[in-house]
Amino acid sequence: MEPIQITPNVWWVGAVDYDIRDFHGYLTPRGSTYNAYLIVNSGKTTLIDTVKHGFEDELLSRIAKIVDPKKIDQVVSNHAEMDHSGGLPEVMRAIGPDKPVYASAVGVKNLDGQFKGAGLNLKAVEGKLDVGGEELVFLETRMVHWPDSMFSFLPSQGVLFSQDGFGLHLATPERFDDEIAEDIWGPLALNYFANILTPYTGPIGKLIEKVVADGLAAQIKIICPDHGFIWRRAPSRILELYARWVQQKPRKKAVVVFDSMWHSTEHMARELTDYLAKLGLEAVHQNLKHQHRSQAVTECYEAAAILVGTPTINNQLFPSVADFISYIKGLKFKNKIGGAFGSYGWSGEGAKLAQAELKAMGYELPADEVRVQWVPQEKDLEPLKALARAVAEAVKAVA
Amino acid sequence: MKKHVCIVCGYVYDPASGDPDNSVAPGTDFSQVPGDWVCPVCGAGKDQFDAQG
Repeated sequence: MEPIQITPNVWWVGAVDYDIRDFHGYLTPRGSTYNAYLIVNSGKTTLIDTVKHGFEDELLSRIAKIVDPKKIDQVVSNHAEMDHSGGLPEVMRAIGPDKPVYASAVGVKNLDGQFKGAGLNLKAVEGKLDVGGEELVFLETRMVHWPDSMFSFLPSQGVLFSQDGFGLHLATPERFDDEIAEDIWGPLALNYFANILTPYTGPIGKLIEKVVADGLAAQIKIICPDHGFIWRRAPSRILELYARWVQQKPRKKAVVVFDSMWHSTEHMARELTDYLAKLGLEAVHQNLKHQHRSQAVTECYEAAAILVGTPTINNQLFPSVADFISYIKGLKFKNKIGGAFGSYGWSGEGAKLAQAELKAMGYELPADEVRVQWVPQEKDLEPLKALARAVAEAVKAVA
Repeated sequence: MKKHVCIVCGYVYDPASGDPDNSVAPGTDFSQVPGDWVCPVCGAGKDQFDAQG
């Protein structure tokens, strides 16, 4: 397998995973890549990040086309998560176990915690590192995406190694933004941001402000993330999108997310989606029986409202809806309007529980939950219409 | 003295333990923690903490 040259002395040497579909509970319908980079200078050779365990041979075979892996002097780990560090033990055995692995101070702790007994020679970075006649500069980016995360910047060529930042999950033989249309990558970049980075929009916003204020943003010519492709034609485009997404600005859109046991909650969801559309909102129907939680939250990202529908099973939320609620609770969406509905047979706790969960998450709830016993009849649809009107009014007030 | 939780990463500041690695002695109420102190896990500022309980 061939490496890909990015600049005269920087190479992509990562791995392409065409087959991954479940990325720690996040659906990756087009696979992903684990990007690693090699800086080759006459004085020193530096490897930046590795790959997921199982892809070490692919990484090493690409490196071997440029330089004997044993000639690598040092490794930089920008992010300790297993998809970038899982290959470290085997890669270090190939290049020399005594070679230093540089990471942030938290990165050293996190790598040590994950690879106990692997004998890694971990060292905390101190601002910059000599990579052979030039310096690699480090920027701590805690919680973008983990506490250990950092960016590395090669000022001589304006290359930013951004680990998970500006990444997306797409397995292709192409490696550059000018080889893939925005129609293809745009939705994938939003999908990635919504699922991976939503909880950290605060720190990301601050980071963007800082790199602009420091003048670093103006020096960036190429962004090399750890997933997806390299931004060389227009790194400014993805920076622009991130600056927009961190705001979590609501659009005139409502997403109806639900599951159903015997089609009654489904019937309510269909009616509700139609009412919302008639009231002038972009209304999206997401049946959790078919739509993965990670797809549903991507639809929710810029939507002003999320309406959650659930049957009642054994006095509880339907399991797939509980799963979705737990997932969005962790993502900590801001500026959301909520609503809950559902059919039930006798006890009917489901929709009430969903409403209480949305309230606890700080969503604005313009109406009470709507519950229908057994199968919805024409008269049961009135409260649903009222819910749609209350939600549409609240949405129009903010979007 | 209440515990405070970092809304960014979930770290809990416990006044009983303080944060001795960063010069905050055990027994320091959150209100007395210096204004430039940051979350030892994720680097978030004091304004990113909510009182717990």
